[in-house]
Amino acid sequence: MLEFIQQMVNGLSLGAIYALIALGYTMVYGIIKLINFAHGDIMMVGAFVGYFSLTLLGTNIIVAMVFSMLVCAILGVLIEKIAYRPLRNSTRIAALITAIGVSLFLEYATIFILGPAQRVFPEAAFKVKAYNIAGLSVLNKDVFVIISAVVLMLILQYIIKWTKTGKAMRAVSLDQEAAVLMGISVDKTISITFAIGSALAAAAGVMYGVYYSTVNPLMGIIPGLKAFVAAVLGGIGIIPGAMAGGFIMGLLETMVSGYGNSLYRDAVAFGVLILILLIKPTGLFGKDSGEKV
Amino acid sequence: MKKSSKRVAMLVLMVFMLAIVAGCGGGGTGDKTTEQAEKINVGVNVELSGGVASYGTNARDGAILAIEEINQAGGVLGKQLNPIERDCKSVADEAMSVSAALVGEKIVAQIGPLTSGNVAGSTPVMMDNKIPLIAPAATAANVTVDDKTGATRDYIFRVCFIDPFQGTLMAQFAADNLKAKKAVIYGDTSSDYGKGLAEYFKKTFVEKGGEVIAEEGFVKDDRDFRAALTKIKGLNPDFIYIPGYYQEVAPLIKQARELGITAPMGGGDGWDSPDMVSVAGAAALNNTFFTNHYSSQDKDPKIVKFVEAFKAKYNKEPDAFAALGYDAVQLMVQGLKDAGEADPVKLAAAIAQIKDFEGITGKMSIDEQHNPVKAGVVIEFKDGAQIMNTRIQP
Repeated sequence: MLEFIQQMVNGLSLGAIYALIALGYTMVYGIIKLINFAHGDIMMVGAFVGYFSLTLLGTNIIVAMVFSMLVCAILGVLIEKIAYRPLRNSTRIAALITAIGVSLFLEYATIFILGPAQRVFPEAAFKVKAYNIAGLSVLNKDVFVIISAVVLMLILQYIIKWTKTGKAMRAVSLDQEAAVLMGISVDKTISITFAIGSALAAAAGVMYGVYYSTVNPLMGIIPGLKAFVAAVLGGIGIIPGAMAGGFIMGLLETMVSGYGNSLYRDAVAFGVLILILLIKPTGLFGKDSGEKV
Repeated sequence: MKKSSKRVAMLVLMVFMLAIVAGCGGGGTGDKTTEQAEKINVGVNVELSGGVASYGTNARDGAILAIEEINQAGGVLGKQLNPIERDCKSVADEAMSVSAALVGEKIVAQIGPLTSGNVAGSTPVMMDNKIPLIAPAATAANVTVDDKTGATRDYIFRVCFIDPFQGTLMAQFAADNLKAKKAVIYGDTSSDYGKGLAEYFKKTFVEKGGEVIAEEGFVKDDRDFRAALTKIKGLNPDFIYIPGYYQEVAPLIKQARELGITAPMGGGDGWDSPDMVSVAGAAALNNTFFTNHYSSQDKDPKIVKFVEAFKAKYNKEPDAFAALGYDAVQLMVQGLKDAGEADPVKLAAAIAQIKDFEGITGKMSIDEQHNPVKAGVVIEFKDGAQIMNTRIQP
């Protein structure tokens, strides 16, 4: 039982990171039907901004996270303006390939500027403490990751449900042309969506750095891929789906390693994706509606 | 009629121009051969970027130091060595195309790449062109021997011992020195290296009367090991064998200690990186051991001299990869001297015959499978420092 609770803690903190990245995927997909493959790399940039604000500016971890979210929000808006906006009316495949191009650009531009070596997140920025509760080892970084993820998700829910911007985002996602007719600025709304999604990825990047101690220019690829699976699992385009998908992925991976065999971890995770796509292609939270053409 | 004569004239003109161009080309090649006569080109195909950049960079530094020392001492066969350095980016496909490019530069031998997988990428090109490849640290058994036919690859050599030896050595150490009975293997299953070490560790450990109670695996670029580690903690083993590379092993050990696992842990030379201490932390690394090719703390005068020269040039401590890179060049030079000329085919034949060659990483003889027979050491992490624990002679 104790081991099971330990595995739950492991799974939740891993899932929280996946969920934060998955949110960005799903928000962007919801609004412009683009799978933003550069999203994992925005997380990487976020991790590096966090790293440098900790080491060079000497800020604490919360300031580093906020700073990194701001920088990545701007980066996300710029990427959308430069790379995706000119392609908004072209085929989806053109935008998709551009997204892969942006992803490679971010990875190799970082390697070019900072070099390919991994960097170690400063230990002093986040003193790791282990709380031993009846044989259960809970680290303060688990608590930090899970709580900040939940807080960010609550803020996101508030923005989407209760603010004018959120209403505009939902409207644009539902029907772009009708939204224009209602006086909503589509360009502005899409920019805001990218800003929020990228900021969440940046937060995930800083958490990843704290949690796993290292950052490197190619670190975004694998979590990006897993978060993409999480987003599809929950139903891409659906925000609660991305959150649930992230946590499900984290728990699933943990349980397979913990109670099955770690060798089958990825096979089971991706196997579940295939099953979902076969049985319920719209994802766990998806509503069956005909594809708009 | 008129038209066709014009055509003939054009044709003659074209042939004439072609002849001029060809003449120029010929002249160019001539210059190149005389230039090559003065220098012996040595390809250095190593990982300067990507996952195992620190291995490649250090081996390159060791190899370049050896080449400079040889050139200062008058070169080989009256000629200077000319290193041609290329980055294979820690990718097997890239190692292959780099080798193809180096073959075009008329190299006499190639030093590198470092990992077994990348050497395997480069192998077909070297075999097809009959140019020897000297791998500094590729420890998988099938690097020099064809798995299917069991035949030795004529042009592939190495200066390091092979995986079976590393796995066997650590199993001996765990059973004899640490008195371990129940071991868990948690290794990199995405590399030949990790799988090879695990296989031979298991074999020897069981032969020694121990028991492998669980086998878990991770893949390259994994950063979360807590699920499997929680399970391992429940099994309560007295030794954990972690054959893998430092990028994954360092966070793995850190997470293991955070979860309260106190058992000793061991691995292979993939652990040998300064990043181990900076990522995992000195305290977490206490009570961990790895097998290696050499230790810079060795008091052998040959090693002391090498360490001093290396420090003077690069201002850092030479690790095993640097020593092996150095030895790879020295072995090639010995081969060139024995062969008497800078011909790749004769060089390969000469290297295959080398016996009792005195390298920095120990005295070695090349056996019929192109593996050096040599000693290894077990190194222990103590408060962040690498301390030589014991030396094992085969």
